[in-house]
Amino acid sequence: MTTEVTSTLPPAGVPAGGAGGALLSLRGISKHFGPVQALVDVTFDVPAGQVTALIGDNGAGKSVLIKCISGIHSPDDGEIVWDGKPVHIKNPLDASSLGIETVHQDLALCDNLDIVQNMFLGRERVQHFALAEEDMEKAAGETLTGLAVTTVRSIRQPVASLSGGQRQSVAIAKAVLWNSKLVIMDEPTAALGVAQTAMVLALVRRLADRGLAVIIVSHNMNDVFEVADRVAVLRLGRTVAVRPAAELDRQIVVDLMTTGVSTRAVTPPDGKGVSS
Amino acid sequence: MSKVDGLPPAVEEELTESAALEAELAVAPALVANSLGDYLRGSFARVRGGESGVLPVVGGLILISILFQWLNSNFLTSRNLVNLLIQGSPIMLLAMAQVYALLLGEIDLSIGFVSGIGGIVTAELVKQSTGWPWWAAILVALIVCAFIGAVQGTIITRLGLPSFVVTLAGFLGLQGVMLLILGNGGSVPINDKVINDLASGNLTPTASWIVLLLVVAAFGIRTWRREEGRRASGLVAPPRSLTLVKIGAALAAAVAIALICNADRGTLVPIRGLPWVVLIVLGVLAMWTLLLGRTKFGRYVYAIGGNAEAARRAGVRLATVRTVAFTLCSFTAGVAGIVYASRLRSVSTALDGGTLVLYAVAAAVIGGASLFGGRGKAIHAVLGGLVIAAIANGMGLQGYSAAAEKVVTALVLLAAVAIDAVARRGRTAR
Ligand SMILES: Nc1ncnc2c1ncn2[C@@H]1O[C@H](COP(=O)(O)OP(=O)(O)O)[C@@H](O)[C@H]1O
Ligand SMILES: [Mg+2]
Repeated sequence: MTTEVTSTLPPAGVPAGGAGGALLSLRGISKHFGPVQALVDVTFDVPAGQVTALIGDNGAGKSVLIKCISGIHSPDDGEIVWDGKPVHIKNPLDASSLGIETVHQDLALCDNLDIVQNMFLGRERVQHFALAEEDMEKAAGETLTGLAVTTVRSIRQPVASLSGGQRQSVAIAKAVLWNSKLVIMDEPTAALGVAQTAMVLALVRRLADRGLAVIIVSHNMNDVFEVADRVAVLRLGRTVAVRPAAELDRQIVVDLMTTGVSTRAVTPPDGKGVSS
Repeated sequence: MSKVDGLPPAVEEELTESAALEAELAVAPALVANSLGDYLRGSFARVRGGESGVLPVVGGLILISILFQWLNSNFLTSRNLVNLLIQGSPIMLLAMAQVYALLLGEIDLSIGFVSGIGGIVTAELVKQSTGWPWWAAILVALIVCAFIGAVQGTIITRLGLPSFVVTLAGFLGLQGVMLLILGNGGSVPINDKVINDLASGNLTPTASWIVLLLVVAAFGIRTWRREEGRRASGLVAPPRSLTLVKIGAALAAAVAIALICNADRGTLVPIRGLPWVVLIVLGVLAMWTLLLGRTKFGRYVYAIGGNAEAARRAGVRLATVRTVAFTLCSFTAGVAGIVYASRLRSVSTALDGGTLVLYAVAAAVIGGASLFGGRGKAIHAVLGGLVIAAIANGMGLQGYSAAAEKVVTALVLLAAVAIDAVARRGRTAR
């Protein structure tokens, strides 16, 4: 769908692929908090250039899993394989130096700063101790144009004046600015209306079309089937299914989320099928 | 995924790629406006959106000046205006100090007495029996003040205590220290010529012209270069006419200050020239404007005030930035204290650190800094301090009582906070 736009862009990250074509492989990840076993033997692959949806009921362990990948928690057991090599992600800095960026549910933007300032927060470019504003403004502008985030009036307006969808877009663009290879989003559309959800999902799609790997956490079935190429279903901390979205439908996913198994056959896609 | 359907036409329009490409990262028309009119319209939009800038307080200052001049034709005389600048300078400096705390969304109640300590240390070191040179005394006084700020900042950040309580303890403790050093009702006179000249000395008229024109030239060249460069590379920039208006306004202000300060304002002997203290205020203003506006540290101060959690996740070391901000706050209070002591030619237990700090907060807020953090600049503190000094001076000229002066200051403060709150509401409405 977005080929007119994306074809004019330089690829943001090399569509990396390790063994088996997956950028990130989780192998038997386990994590417990005291007696609570939050993750048990979680195993799945996240390929570059595709949107992988991570879904599951409340408390299934989605957020904990994401925190394990982005360096906030370290898993008790199991292996994270990045680009074919096993890695230890001990803190968020490790994650970002690998090229993993996370867009948290509560966006982490500063309302009083403008779009450029937010996108570069913590990684400002400086020249002789002074901020290199023009450099940063150009880079931010290019990234936003590249992602076709064009509904903002000015990249020098404070993010307080943006709509929810625009804020989400800025948060995502911020993650992309760093030549990231994997962008993880926790419930990016949870607080958005219809139009804004569409805007953000289109942006998610463009990221994958640029060759990035995307993990999107959601429990909104519409979003999942609109944008995901692959679906990983978590239930009580275990992966109960990892399949291409085309082999699933809503009812099967609901069955998997609630009971862990489904005996249904796939009904034909309802027109909102997946791309790729 | 298919094109988004079922949306209102306007939204659909925004989402289509062709529109997006045409718009080429649609920069606000207001901000690439080619005419001054367009730009002003954009600015008013931003004022309504809570980005009020300095316009309200400048407007307020002009109103106050007209009012007082109409009440008493002595208000706008050169003698009175220079007096007003000198009287107002400690509050302007203290307000610039407080801006650091306010930007973080915190408050520093101790700066009134920190400034007292700065004055005492200076006075004690230059007095006959100690006999230090003036510069060493000032240096040590400022280091002591900065150290007090660093200690308070460390307690606030490392122990996670509220700044209100920690600096309230500083307020009480430092008042005690002052009483201890000065003795009950005691004072230390200052006889050092340089220290006393900080508040009462003047440049020669020629030097005044040179200094003021150099300041304008530096400001003008910097502004022109930067904005011209931004226009050339197609970045968000004001129209050229506005750049010229800004530089013209700075030049006009400098000429006005030079004329006012160089007119003879003496009663017995002629007194002319730019007071040193104006240069001190301008110097501190320039330093803190650059630090807050153009460096990583400044950016992080704003980020923490806006959303500390976001700053933390972005890798900003909150504790360090906060501690440094409290240190700079106390350091600036030390400068204010030295100027204050210089104006009184002594330090005494009459120094009311409580009133000073509250006036400093009032000045910063009247000037446009927000009490809720993340919004404010050094220039706001200076302009707010000018408003407070103008009210005190103008009402004094009219022979109103201190009581009336406080009531008027209170009303102005309330008006300023109300404007801030209304602007904030406009801002968060999405
Ligand atoms: N920091 C923590 N300490 C203890 N238990 C936790 C912690 N974080 C998550 N859990 C537990 O782990 C399980 C999975 O939580 P979470 O990943 O947040 O679920 P969700 O899939 O809704 O995001 C829950 O039972 C939760 O209570
Ligand atoms: Mg969660």
